[in-house]
Amino acid sequence: MSEPTTRTAVQPTASGWLQAWLPRLVLAPSVAVSLFFVYGFMLWTFVLSLTSSRMLPSYDFVGFGQYARLMANERWWVASTNLMVFGVLFIAICLVIGALLAILLDQKIRQEGALRTIYLYPMALSFIVTGVVWKWLLNPQLGIQAMVQSWGFESFRFDWIVNPDMAIYTLVIAAVWQASGFVMALFLAGLRGIDDSIVKAAQLDGASLPRIYWRVVMPCLRPVVFSAVMILAHIAIKSFDLVVALTGGGPGYATDLPATFMYTHAFNRAQIGLGSASAMLMLGGVLAILIPYLYSELRSRKHG
Amino acid sequence: MANVIRRQTPAARLLRVVLYGVLIVAGLFYALPLIVMLMTSIKPLSEISAGTLLSLPQNPTLEPWTKAWGEACTGMRCEGVGGYFWNSFAIVIPAVLISTTVGALNGYALTKWRFKGSELVFALMLFGCFIPFQVVLLPMAQTLGWLGLSSSRAGLILVHVVFGIAFTTLFFRNFYVGVPNELVSAAKLDGAGFFRIFWRILLPVSAPIIVVSVIWQFTQIWNDFLFGVAFSAHNTQPVTVALNNLVNTSTGVREYNVDMAAAMIAALPTLVVYVLAGKYFVRGLTAGSVKG
Repeated sequence: MSEPTTRTAVQPTASGWLQAWLPRLVLAPSVAVSLFFVYGFMLWTFVLSLTSSRMLPSYDFVGFGQYARLMANERWWVASTNLMVFGVLFIAICLVIGALLAILLDQKIRQEGALRTIYLYPMALSFIVTGVVWKWLLNPQLGIQAMVQSWGFESFRFDWIVNPDMAIYTLVIAAVWQASGFVMALFLAGLRGIDDSIVKAAQLDGASLPRIYWRVVMPCLRPVVFSAVMILAHIAIKSFDLVVALTGGGPGYATDLPATFMYTHAFNRAQIGLGSASAMLMLGGVLAILIPYLYSELRSRKHG
Repeated sequence: MANVIRRQTPAARLLRVVLYGVLIVAGLFYALPLIVMLMTSIKPLSEISAGTLLSLPQNPTLEPWTKAWGEACTGMRCEGVGGYFWNSFAIVIPAVLISTTVGALNGYALTKWRFKGSELVFALMLFGCFIPFQVVLLPMAQTLGWLGLSSSRAGLILVHVVFGIAFTTLFFRNFYVGVPNELVSAAKLDGAGFFRIFWRILLPVSAPIIVVSVIWQFTQIWNDFLFGVAFSAHNTQPVTVALNNLVNTSTGVREYNVDMAAAMIAALPTLVVYVLAGKYFVRGLTAGSVKG
């Protein structure tokens, strides 16, 4: 409202000109950095993905040949399938645990603060630390399996980490351990934001507590679920450290994810072209979840 | 007090017990890995092979910690993770300070000095929060080479600043939107300039968001592994990379107690931050990732 008055107040002098342009000058380096390091680099990686680069970037264009090679690469399919399995389980389990714990914690619990602190602390750790710890816990000779066996359950087996068919689920366990407390915090904040009168009204109507949560409270938490899914999907696609520390992508390449596939090919196997192509597909994956998100955000803002 | 007010039927009391039971079991699920890690880190190696995860240390020793800090092998070198721990600080502190300062000024310019296209500028920068970093790794490696910053701490600081300002700008922009414009307009009429208004009006009320931004950036950069492993050499590695090397270096007997002590060392700074300022930590997580 006061914009026009402010503008006329500025004298058309050199210092006035400086004042008018200063905000833009302050922003300019950040904009330049973001144009170059984000947009420029994305384009650059795309260009690299169209070349036959191996050890060093070369600009010998081969069209979409690297993408075709990627599609024919069995290891890439293992990595992509793993991401689907890991992503779906990780997101679903985090949501269930997070929602459940938030609802239980919202029942006027004593020591709620202490419990919340315990549930959430893994989020402060590096995925490398998480991986190192869980690698130790899941070690068949010395970890959980050995402990349960020492209690007298001799036939107990929990050797997923060395089993190519099951190792991907150890990633899910460790990642859920790290992130589910955070989802709990999101849900709890959402629950605290709900108007009590809606719940009271449902109670007066004689609805049972589980029914109230399922039919009345959960629909109010739709935006929370939505954000949580976005964040978790983002974590899943970017998962790199956890795989490196927990399984190293193994046994064999049974727990490779696109993020580790990209790194291995671009940095260790002298396959820069192929690695770039896989990075572009990862970006595509992120955009595929991000664009619907931004679209719905903008739409809800216009309506609201 | 609550007991007096609430009617306690036996069924309700049972439900209450079950409720606390579930919450405590969940608490154990989250707490036990840390407890096991801590206990393992103070056991001698003989106790580890003889006992189980949960057996209490009989002869607690700090030897694994001193070994992890100063002697354990991380790849070819056997100097422990201590040096890398300080490396991490040398990278994190400048990167956090620079990115927070830049973010604060950006957020201020974007909200209190709106101009044609400022929303577009914001949207443009925001995108940096979402990209998978794999898509910038190769060009970054080459650019750092051109700048003469390959494998240097300065190079890592640059990388973390560049990809951190998207988040810090988002934090400050969303915070400053809520600061009333009247004061700023009045100061502008009085002839106060860009930096003067920032210093006198915005900065004094910014403490909460500065804390959020510093904590967020600190944990993000301290916990980073991808940039660390891609853009560092043996003498500039952050502690996460050294920890991973330590755990994967095989020289004779696997010393699990040393592994766990090293993991504790790498985890301590962010854990301390979390314990001291958990409220702001959560606020950063939700602000950084939920609201656009």
